[in-house]
Amino acid sequence: MKSVADIFTIVAVCAGSFFFLAGTVGLLRFPDSLTRLHALTKADNLGLGLVVLGLLPQANGFLGGLKLVAVWLLVQLAGATVAQVIAEALRRRGPPP
Amino acid sequence: MTEFLLGAAGFILLTVTVGLVRILAGPGNIDRTAAAQLLGTGGIAALLLVAGATGARGAEDVALGLALLAAFASVAFVNSVEQRPSDNAERADP
Repeated sequence: MKSVADIFTIVAVCAGSFFFLAGTVGLLRFPDSLTRLHALTKADNLGLGLVVLGLLPQANGFLGGLKLVAVWLLVQLAGATVAQVIAEALRRRGPPP
Repeated sequence: MTEFLLGAAGFILLTVTVGLVRILAGPGNIDRTAAAQLLGTGGIAALLLVAGATGARGAEDVALGLALLAAFASVAFVNSVEQRPSDNAERADP
């Protein structure tokens, strides 16, 4: 019988993959750059967050889990700053068509 | 369990390859940067999943490095393309 941790991992990783899919679809379908930027930051942070959450029970020991969370935090910070920088560059370029 | 994790990693890589279309088609260079950032994160997720599944040593560190590089790449690109008026202002004053 699959242990609770496995079931939790499966559910969380599935949700994470779904958000990645949503992010990619958003990246492709959204009309202009600014909205695509929205898809970029929200989807990948949430997708990665759920994947990391799902992987925590699998991680070897407390330190392994800490490293996973560290990766996720770095991506959060990096994604947020990159989105700000790109949005500023877009705004400087003039109003979107 | 490991085959599920590897399957999930494969699925995420699939979404990453679909996202590559945006890099090809992206009207502006800025869209390509945004797409590259998203694909970087997809790569990180796949790496973490493979690390969790196969227990390969050091795969999380590679993911950490990729996270850092993806951010630097995007910021470096945006700085190089956009000539900010504020930079010129600084350069103008003696």
